[in-house]
Amino acid sequence: MLHTLAALVENHPGVLTRVAGLFARRAYNIDSLSVCQTDDPELSRMTIVVHGDDQVIEQVRNQLNKLVIVHSVTDLTAESVVDRELALIRIQVSSETRSEVLQTVDIFRGRVVDMGRTNLTVELTGDVGKIDGFIKAIRPYGLLELVRTGKIAILRSET
Amino acid sequence: MSMNAGKKGLKGATILLEALEKEGVDLIFGYPGGVLLPLYDALLDSPIRHILARHEQGVVHAADGYARVTGKVGVCLATSGPGATNLVTGIANAYMDSIPLVVLTGQVVTSLLGTDSFQEADITGITIPITKHSYLVKDAREIPRIVKEAFYLAGTGRPGPVLIDLPKDILAMEIEPFPADMYLRGYQVPGKGDSAKIAEVAKALSECHKPVIYAGGGVITAGAGGVLRQLAEKASLPVVTTLMGIGCLPSGHPNLLGMVGMHGTVTANYAVDDCDLLLAVGVRFDDRVTSGLGHKFATKAKIIHIDIDPAEIGKVIRAQIPILGDARLVMEEVLDALAGFEVPQVTDWWESLHAWQNNYPMKYDKDRLTPQMIIESVGELAGEDAIIVTDVGQHQMWAAQFYPIMKSRNFATSGGLGTMGFGLPAAVGAQIARPDNLVVLFTGDGSLQMCIQELATIAQNNLPIKIVLMNNGVLGMVRQWQKMFYDQRFSGIDLHANPDFVKVAEAYGIRGMRIDSLEQVHSAISEAIKHPGAVLLDFTISPDEDVLPIVPPGKPITEMLGR
Ligand SMILES: Cc1ncc(C[n+]2csc(CCOP(=O)(O)OP(=O)(O)O)c2C)c(N)n1
Ligand SMILES: [Mg+2]
Repeated sequence: MLHTLAALVENHPGVLTRVAGLFARRAYNIDSLSVCQTDDPELSRMTIVVHGDDQVIEQVRNQLNKLVIVHSVTDLTAESVVDRELALIRIQVSSETRSEVLQTVDIFRGRVVDMGRTNLTVELTGDVGKIDGFIKAIRPYGLLELVRTGKIAILRSET
Repeated sequence: MSMNAGKKGLKGATILLEALEKEGVDLIFGYPGGVLLPLYDALLDSPIRHILARHEQGVVHAADGYARVTGKVGVCLATSGPGATNLVTGIANAYMDSIPLVVLTGQVVTSLLGTDSFQEADITGITIPITKHSYLVKDAREIPRIVKEAFYLAGTGRPGPVLIDLPKDILAMEIEPFPADMYLRGYQVPGKGDSAKIAEVAKALSECHKPVIYAGGGVITAGAGGVLRQLAEKASLPVVTTLMGIGCLPSGHPNLLGMVGMHGTVTANYAVDDCDLLLAVGVRFDDRVTSGLGHKFATKAKIIHIDIDPAEIGKVIRAQIPILGDARLVMEEVLDALAGFEVPQVTDWWESLHAWQNNYPMKYDKDRLTPQMIIESVGELAGEDAIIVTDVGQHQMWAAQFYPIMKSRNFATSGGLGTMGFGLPAAVGAQIARPDNLVVLFTGDGSLQMCIQELATIAQNNLPIKIVLMNNGVLGMVRQWQKMFYDQRFSGIDLHANPDFVKVAEAYGIRGMRIDSLEQVHSAISEAIKHPGAVLLDFTISPDEDVLPIVPPGKPITEMLGR
C-alpha cells in the first residue's frame, strides 16, 4: 500500500542524502519525494510517498525519526488531507490535433503556459490520479517531455 | 602566527580542545597528518593526553575498547583522506555494538572542499550509514556547540559513534570564544516505560509458567545488571544472554543459563524455544541468535521487548508488549509493579531446565591441550576483576562460552560486525582506561595479524596486557564451516607461513612464551600474570578443534550439532 509521510527536517546540505541513503540502504521503495523550505528557514518539509505494508511503514517512520536531522514524521495516509501534484507537460501538436489537445487540456483544467509551432506546454495540478489520467489521454498525440513534482500533502482544516 | 591567544581570540584547535575538556575528556587516541598540524600543535598546550597508535584502525578500536570497559565516550582522532578512511571499519564496529565514540577527523581547507584535493575524502558522506550523526564544521564558532551535541548524541539514548570533520583552516582560524548552546530539536531520549505496559508485564510475569529473560548489550549499556539480577531472583526467572550481554549476571549465577544462539548452550536455546514468556531486554533479535528465522523463534511465548531504540522494536519480531525506554528504569518499574502480585516460583520449569543442564553440559576433552582448557585456566588464575577482550573467530566463541565473566563491562568483544583485528587495539584502550585491572586478550593467529602493529603501542605505553594467542595455524572459524558444511574442502584458510609470534613479541620488546603441552599451561599463565609487563602467550593448538554446540545455518536454534 502507498503511504504519504510528511517529515519536518533540518534545512541543511546533506539532509537529503541522509534521508535518501536511508531508503536505499534499507531497501524501502520511494514512490516520490518532494522537499522545500518551510516558513521557518531552519526547516524543510518533505513529502515522501512510500510503498509498504504497515510493518514496513512503521520501520520507515522509526528509522527516519532516528535521524537527528529529522524533527518529526507524520503518516498522512489515514488522515483527511488535501494532496496535490504539479506537472509540466510538453505535447506535440499539428494543425489537425491542436484543437483536440486544447480541448483535453480544458477538460482536465490545465493551462497552456507555452506554445510553439509544433508543440505546446501545459501546466496541470491535481491529485496523482488526475495527472495520470491526463497523461494517458494525451499520450497518443505525442508526449515530448514530462516533469512532475511528486505529491505534496497537507492536513485538512478542522471544521 | 603566535602560539597563544592573541588579540583576535583563540584558534579553532584550542577551542576544540577546551570544548573536549568541558566534556570531561582527558585522553584521546590519535594519529597525526598534514591537516591536523594546528591541532597537534595546540595539543602540546592542553592537559589532554594523546595516545599514538600505529594505524588509524588501532586508534578507533582503542577508543572503542576504552568506551566498552568504562561506559564513557571514547574519543579518537585521524587525519584527512587515508587517515579518515582507515577509521571506517572501527566506526562501523562501534555503530553495530552501540558504543559511544566521538570521532574527530581532519579535513582539507574549506576552499578546496569538493575539488579532489590532496588527501581529501568525503568522510561524512562515507560514514553516514555507520554513524549516529556527523558534522562537517564550516565555521570555528560552531565548534563548542557541535562538540557538546556530539558528546550528548554519542552517549545518550542508544549510544553510537558521532563524527566531526574539521577542515584545517577551521582549526587554524582565530575567533572569540563562543557560547555552546545545543540545538537538537529532532532528538529525544526515552526514559521511563509506559506505566500501563509495565502493569501488563507484571501481570504476565505473575501468570506465566515458563518465563525466560533474554538479555543483551542494552542491559550493560543501561547499567541494568543489578536490577536484572533482582528481578531474576525475585521471580525465579532464568536468564539467557547474547554475546553482547555477557557479564550482566555473574558467571555461575544459578539463574544464568548461558549464551543463546548459534554457539549458545543447549539449555539456553531449548529454554527460549519452549518458554511461554520471553522478556527481551536490550536485544535486537540478531540472526546470530534467531538463525535469521524470526518466525520460528520463541514461537510459544508472549514476547515483551524493552528497548531504548524505537526502531528495534518490531524490526525483527513483533512483541505483544513493546516497551520503549531505558532498560534500567523500565526494569525498576517492573520490579515495583511486581510488589502487587504473587510471583510464581516456576519450580516445574526449573526442573526441566536443570534436567537439560545435566544432560547437555558444555564439555571438552580434558586430557590434551585444548583452547577451552586454556580459557578456563586463565579464568581460574586471573581473578574476578580481570577484563577480557577478544578478537574474532573460534577463540572468541570459546572465550564467550568458557570464560567466567563476573562483572558488566569486563568483557569486550566485537559482536555485531565481527571485526578481526579488533582485539589488540581494544585491549590497549581497555588497559589505558582501567590501568589497575588485569587485561587479558584472547586472540587468534589470523586476527592478531590484522592489527599486530599495535604491539608497539603496548610497548611504548608499558601496558601490561596478557595476550593469549590460540595459534592453530588456520583461519579456524572459516575452516570449521568448511569442515562441517562444505565437505572438508578447505579453501583459503592456511596460515602456515605465520611468523614466530614469540620472536615478533620480543622484537617489540614484549615478553613472549610458547606453550605446547598441557602440563605447562597453569604455570605459564601464572608466570605471565605475575610478570609486570606485557606478555604474549603463544599456545599451539590443533586446527581441528570445533566450537560446539553449533546451530547450522538456516536451522532453528533447537537443532544444534554437538549437543
Ligand atoms: C576483518 C575480517 N575479515 C574476515 C572475517 C571472516 N572471519 C571470521 S572468523 C575468521 C577466522 C579467524 O581466524 P583466527 O583469528 O586465526 O581465529 P580462529 O578462528 O582460528 O580462532 C575469519 C577469516 C572477519 N570476521 N573479519
Ligand atoms: Mg587461527
